[in-house]
Amino acid sequence: MSVEITTVSVPEGRPALLLAEYETPGACMKAAAKLRDAGFTKFDTHTPFPIHGMDGAMGMKDSRLGWIVLVMGITGLMTGIALITYANGIAYPIIVGGKPAISIPSYVPVCFELTILLSAFGAVFGMFGLNKLPRHHHPIFESDRFKAATDDKFFVSVEYADPKFDADRTPELLASTNPNHIEIIEDTES
Amino acid sequence: MSFDAPIKAIGEKDLVAPKSTFKSITEAVSRVTENPAPKGWWIAFLTAFSFTGVLLGSIGYLFWRGVGVWGNNSPVAWAWDITNFVWWVGIGHAGTLISAVLFLFRQKWRTSINRFAEAMTIFAVICALIFPGIHVGRIWHAYYLAPIPNQMGIWPNFKSPLLWDVFAVSTYFTVSLLFWFVGLVPDLATLRDRAKNSLRRMVYGFLALGWRGSNRHWQNYERAYMILAALSTPLVLSVHSVVSFDFATSVEPGWHTTIFPPYFVAGAVFSGFAMVMTLLLIARSVFKLTDLVTMTHVELMNKIMLATGSLVGYAYAMEFFVAWYSGNEYERYVFINRATGPYAWAYWIMITCNVISPQLFWSKRLRTNIPLSFVVSIFINIGMWFERFVIIVTSLHRDFIPSSWGYFHPTLIDITTYMGSLGLFFTLFLLFLRWVPMIAIAELKSILPEADPHFGEHHDEAHEGDSHGEPALATSAEGH
Repeated sequence: MSVEITTVSVPEGRPALLLAEYETPGACMKAAAKLRDAGFTKFDTHTPFPIHGMDGAMGMKDSRLGWIVLVMGITGLMTGIALITYANGIAYPIIVGGKPAISIPSYVPVCFELTILLSAFGAVFGMFGLNKLPRHHHPIFESDRFKAATDDKFFVSVEYADPKFDADRTPELLASTNPNHIEIIEDTES
Repeated sequence: MSFDAPIKAIGEKDLVAPKSTFKSITEAVSRVTENPAPKGWWIAFLTAFSFTGVLLGSIGYLFWRGVGVWGNNSPVAWAWDITNFVWWVGIGHAGTLISAVLFLFRQKWRTSINRFAEAMTIFAVICALIFPGIHVGRIWHAYYLAPIPNQMGIWPNFKSPLLWDVFAVSTYFTVSLLFWFVGLVPDLATLRDRAKNSLRRMVYGFLALGWRGSNRHWQNYERAYMILAALSTPLVLSVHSVVSFDFATSVEPGWHTTIFPPYFVAGAVFSGFAMVMTLLLIARSVFKLTDLVTMTHVELMNKIMLATGSLVGYAYAMEFFVAWYSGNEYERYVFINRATGPYAWAYWIMITCNVISPQLFWSKRLRTNIPLSFVVSIFINIGMWFERFVIIVTSLHRDFIPSSWGYFHPTLIDITTYMGSLGLFFTLFLLFLRWVPMIAIAELKSILPEADPHFGEHHDEAHEGDSHGEPALATSAEGH
């Protein structure tokens, strides 16, 4: 198998990532499954859109995002109840329409909206938090070929920091998965 | 049959033109933001921008002189201001329906139009939010709307539907904006990676937050998207319900009805789809996106308009029935007066536009006719504005005591404020078309046949990939 391997070097850099480029989602997924089966953990795939079955192929656990949203949603609900009870029940009681100052049915719309609002904050900011984004300086951006990851190419990256990583055999393993190209990407850190 | 089956297997048509590839989708969508704007864009933009100026001038004059510059008077205390507010909020609803509800129902055809419709939602809600803000009269007290501690120890009344409205519409705006931005991140990364000059690279790069298409990110991303869709679905139903409470919780004949929440939601979706159709047909032909927004989309949207238009027609009939059946003479009078009184012209415009015109779409030939779809969508936009006008103004202009009856005439400032809000909407929309990918690139790629990781494999191998789903480190681990 002859796959070209090039190096993307940066001044005073050391190899940090192996980046393999594939033509189809299927090839990319097979490579990911191979890395998973070989026991790698610090690897990733980079694709223009999410690919069905990739989570399993990479051996990933389920997302924890739902728990963040649940906690935020409950916080929103409690905030609504506390705000209305304090504002209209304690601080400034107003009797309207003969209803008591603390009138539970009238809580529903505002408590509902605050539950939704805080859950949405949890979903969006929780997602970016779990993904450690924004992060504008990842070494993978040194590669020019990687620009196609948001267009029509599919990539697998393996970190040199992976305990299973071997400078000779890992590129061979990747080469056996039929990539278009393999790059070694250097980084100044680590 | 699972909903992840290839679309052909469940008997659907192609969702994009058959020859589309990943590359061609990136190209078709991105080039709109990269090529110089066509001349038509500049003409439209400068026109819309001028009207935005008219809006600002009208609002400035309103602040200077007070709400007396509008035609609102003593029985008709709410008029065009609230009509415009309800109309604009309603238009927004189609965007959320397309992005959230159709997503949960796995309606993959929505992918070509959801970005577009979500943008419309945000801009429509911006236009809507202006009106309650400026109609308060003493604008320097507008902050009383919000539950902010102040030195007088006064808190807003949480039993008031007007306050619920503040929470509902502002939550709706915030969540819609977040949902839209989350959807945009991968596409902004596409524009960043295609950028030819450093300014574009910096701006799109900043907004793309360093997105690198990582599957470890996609997993949380897809979960977030689904949760947002699940949150937006009850939210969108609640927003127009809460808007309808502004009327329904009053004791005004013509407003005090329990049918209002579902009736308002159906009307909102109806008007919103009409606005999406209007905008989409223009953008599709100007920017030559007929491969991505196909006749299938137009037809499906027309079907939704037929369904929601019929629901609205049913609600109109039901209101009349209940007015008669209630035995309440004020209620009965309001409805007879709507159809035959001084505002009968508005009522019959509403019926013609909203009930009769969508019925044309029972015919397949008519609902796949582009010019007709465009004309009907304009009719519906007009009709739905009149619906809100009829509900608000005809109910108010003759209430319990005949000595307080009146009539509403709009002033020039009423008209310029409304036209100006259209100007603001189109200004924002044209900027969006020019600078933001107007079709969800990543999502659209994911519904192409070759996006399936088993594309091109033989059938008997097709289940092999499923075994990847199991925690199968043991299967063939040789390691190094």
